[in-house]
Amino acid sequence: MADRATRFVNPVDERIGTKIVLTSIGGLYLAFFLFLPLVAVFIEAFRNGAASYWEALVEPDAAAAIRLTLLVAAIAVPLNLVFGVAAAWAIAKFEFKGKAFLITLIDLPFSISPVISGLVYVLLFGSHSVLGPILKSYGIEILFAVPGIVLATVFVTFPFVARELIPLMQDQGSGDEEAALSLGASGWQTFWYVTLPNIKWGLLYGVLLCNARAMGEFGAVSVVSGHIRGLTNTMPLHVEILYNEYNMAAAFAVASLLAALALVTLALKTLLEIRFGAGNAGGRH
Amino acid sequence: MEVTVSNVTKEFARFPALNDVSLDIRSGELIALLGPSGSGKTTLLRLIAGLDQPTNGKILFGREDASHKSVQERNIGFVFQHYALFRHMTVADNIAFGLNVRPSSTRPPKAEIRKRVADLLEMVQLSGLEKRYPNQLSGGQRQRVALARAMAIEPRVLLLDEPFGALDAKVRKELRKWLREFHDRTGHTTVFVTHDQEEALELADRVVVMSQGKIEQVGSADDVYDKPGSPFVHRFIGEASELPVRVENGEVWLDDRTVGLKADGAAEGPSSLFFRPHDIEFLSGCGGCFDGVVVGSRRLAGARRLELELGGSQYRVEVDVPVDHPAALRSQINFRPKHWQLFSRSV
Amino acid sequence: MTSTTASTRWRLKEPSIIPGFGLTLGFSLAYLCLIILIPLAGLIFRASSLSASEFLSILTDERTLAALKISFGTALIAALINVVFGVLICWVLVRYDFPGRRLIDAMVDLPFALPTAVAGIALSALYAPKGWIGAWFTPFDIRIAYTPIGITIALIFIGLPFVVRTVQPVMEEIDREVEEAAATLGANRFQTVFKVLLPSLLPAIMTGFALAFARGVGEYGSVVFIAGNIPYVSEIAPLLIVIRLEEFNYAGATAIATIMLVISFAMLLIINLIQSWSRGRYGNG
Repeated sequence: MADRATRFVNPVDERIGTKIVLTSIGGLYLAFFLFLPLVAVFIEAFRNGAASYWEALVEPDAAAAIRLTLLVAAIAVPLNLVFGVAAAWAIAKFEFKGKAFLITLIDLPFSISPVISGLVYVLLFGSHSVLGPILKSYGIEILFAVPGIVLATVFVTFPFVARELIPLMQDQGSGDEEAALSLGASGWQTFWYVTLPNIKWGLLYGVLLCNARAMGEFGAVSVVSGHIRGLTNTMPLHVEILYNEYNMAAAFAVASLLAALALVTLALKTLLEIRFGAGNAGGRH
Repeated sequence: MEVTVSNVTKEFARFPALNDVSLDIRSGELIALLGPSGSGKTTLLRLIAGLDQPTNGKILFGREDASHKSVQERNIGFVFQHYALFRHMTVADNIAFGLNVRPSSTRPPKAEIRKRVADLLEMVQLSGLEKRYPNQLSGGQRQRVALARAMAIEPRVLLLDEPFGALDAKVRKELRKWLREFHDRTGHTTVFVTHDQEEALELADRVVVMSQGKIEQVGSADDVYDKPGSPFVHRFIGEASELPVRVENGEVWLDDRTVGLKADGAAEGPSSLFFRPHDIEFLSGCGGCFDGVVVGSRRLAGARRLELELGGSQYRVEVDVPVDHPAALRSQINFRPKHWQLFSRSV
Repeated sequence: MTSTTASTRWRLKEPSIIPGFGLTLGFSLAYLCLIILIPLAGLIFRASSLSASEFLSILTDERTLAALKISFGTALIAALINVVFGVLICWVLVRYDFPGRRLIDAMVDLPFALPTAVAGIALSALYAPKGWIGAWFTPFDIRIAYTPIGITIALIFIGLPFVVRTVQPVMEEIDREVEEAAATLGANRFQTVFKVLLPSLLPAIMTGFALAFARGVGEYGSVVFIAGNIPYVSEIAPLLIVIRLEEFNYAGATAIATIMLVISFAMLLIINLIQSWSRGRYGNG
């Protein structure tokens, strides 16, 4: 019997040997290109011991970079959250002209180089622009200051929440909302008590991804920040400066915080997928 | 090509899907595997095809034991319930697929393949659609492409899994008739799976009625309808009214009275009496018949179906009366089945 | 879209009892204009103020051409490599069950979550001449970092999840019956995979390729550390934009950004065309 079972080849499956070979190739590829860099971050970070690791993080410039990164994310993420919910509501609950075009526009930042995302603000607010000198005369600094960094971050993280919510809310349709309205609920009540509970996991998922990108954005922020230590340096920019100064251990120490953030994001995302089937495992980012 | 299924058992993770099933399929026969879902009919079809491996038993093609042959080597034509057409290929490429994947030593030349495809398309009455994609065809057309694709490899046996399951009622009737003609023309040994008794009875030379992983009865449409071999077959095929009776001294008894039916040769003791609601005669006055009270009435297409209470209000049966029958609620009806079947309950 | 009622006058949206259309769409559009469209329009405006000959002379400048060639060349090679291994990884993740599958599945998203600068310094730590992996190659006089090979490796890291996450859901939807049908028609496993399954995945594979490629062309953070940024050898187009900005050569930066934007939009258009073409022909994306 065992003999026969081994001789039978399932027509929609591969032989065990093929499976092992394919799985090994895929595993090696991932180990080499994904896993190894991640491990390298943590090993390099602790190369000079835990004491110097800690020192690199509490050093004033690093602490300022951490504070700025948190501040930027704390502004950019809620803004894009509100936008994401509003855009998803308009797109998923109504039929209107130009909807497909609107969705394409929302996706736009995904296909623009981060450097260009920064460049557009330099052109808009730089000293050669029309707006820049006017704002400056009122004492408002955008470029090479925190507002510029926030704007560039908002630009690159613009689609994240909307992109998660639109397909989710389109799938859910408007039946629940119509039922709530027919029972006498107001628009806001319907949103708070019916829509929000339905989309909360997808919303959380989008916020997680948005936050990870907001804290980690490098290219766009690099162009608008001016790299002023202690003032306009976010964590990724601080990593760059340390790296270019050959202060490797400190660079990797700060980098390891960002890597830990990435791992927490991935863990929460996986948990959400397992528990609630939120999102479709990413799509395009 | 005859196919012999010999003492086949199939277990899926300890759950038996087929239990010691044997079946002889004659060459050129059109045979239906009929049963409710979960009866094992599709499992049996897939075992014949080689898509699954029996836990026990053998499957023979002619004299040759095919049990160890892979699906590719068995050379069978399989039409899937949802057709499983290759959606990125044109109709012509779909049909030619089985020829194109042959090793170059046995692959027909390109021109011959093209001719074969044209012939098959004509046979399934789809000439002119070779450049279409499956997505651009109707359900019935896809069905026929799937059939042509299966026929292209000149299979020894043609196997069809719920061939009309995904079609709407009208197309289903047309295709049924068409498949019968197609079979008569090509003479292929054909096995199809269905849960639709009408389809099985109308189409098949023989019907294999299955239930819970076992074959209940094999026979012609007349056999399984007129002489059901088990209570299951009687209930599953056609309509059945059923009464718990007793056989004593060669007579059928309901409670303490005879009902005028001779039970020669039937086992004595408690039995189930089965008859068809429409297959009864009405009597006036009752000296040995069923005496029922009408408790419900509804209109069928060509008749009126009455629900009757018998023996006080112990039993309920259904009988059909002409539409103009004056049966009012609570009125009495005396009847006797013209044909009936007894199955002993004393096992 | 004509309405079903007798009146066929133009209307923006189909009637609905759900409130909030004006508010949500209005807010979404305003936000979209403010953050994305006006800044982008600024770039276009700036580009249009360049004369055609100015524009051409910037683009045909040898350094610009070399940078564009390196950006597009390495992005192309990385995307092709990712298509091959990404599809293989999808297959392993979708079809096989093995310990750690869930973890590997989650890991695929690491490049989405890991800040690009962190990936950049980690990769250069690995592939620098004295790095973990780079050191193996140094004896053979093969340099990985500071050459296009290093750039390609960074882009492989960045692009992998685009391929996997685009192909994976489509692969999960493959109907087992189709594979069985191929087997009953005499196809061996190899033929079934290469003649039936992969061709049916082609639209998804092409979309994944296009997304990985588009991202690779614009990528900045993960590349600049490993690239070495040697003009004509390993200088990528986004970096050249940054350099031009630092030289206050806004015209140069704008021209290069414009041509990259145009190509990105062309890619976006191609992705949409692939999807609608495959929907029209095969019934779904």
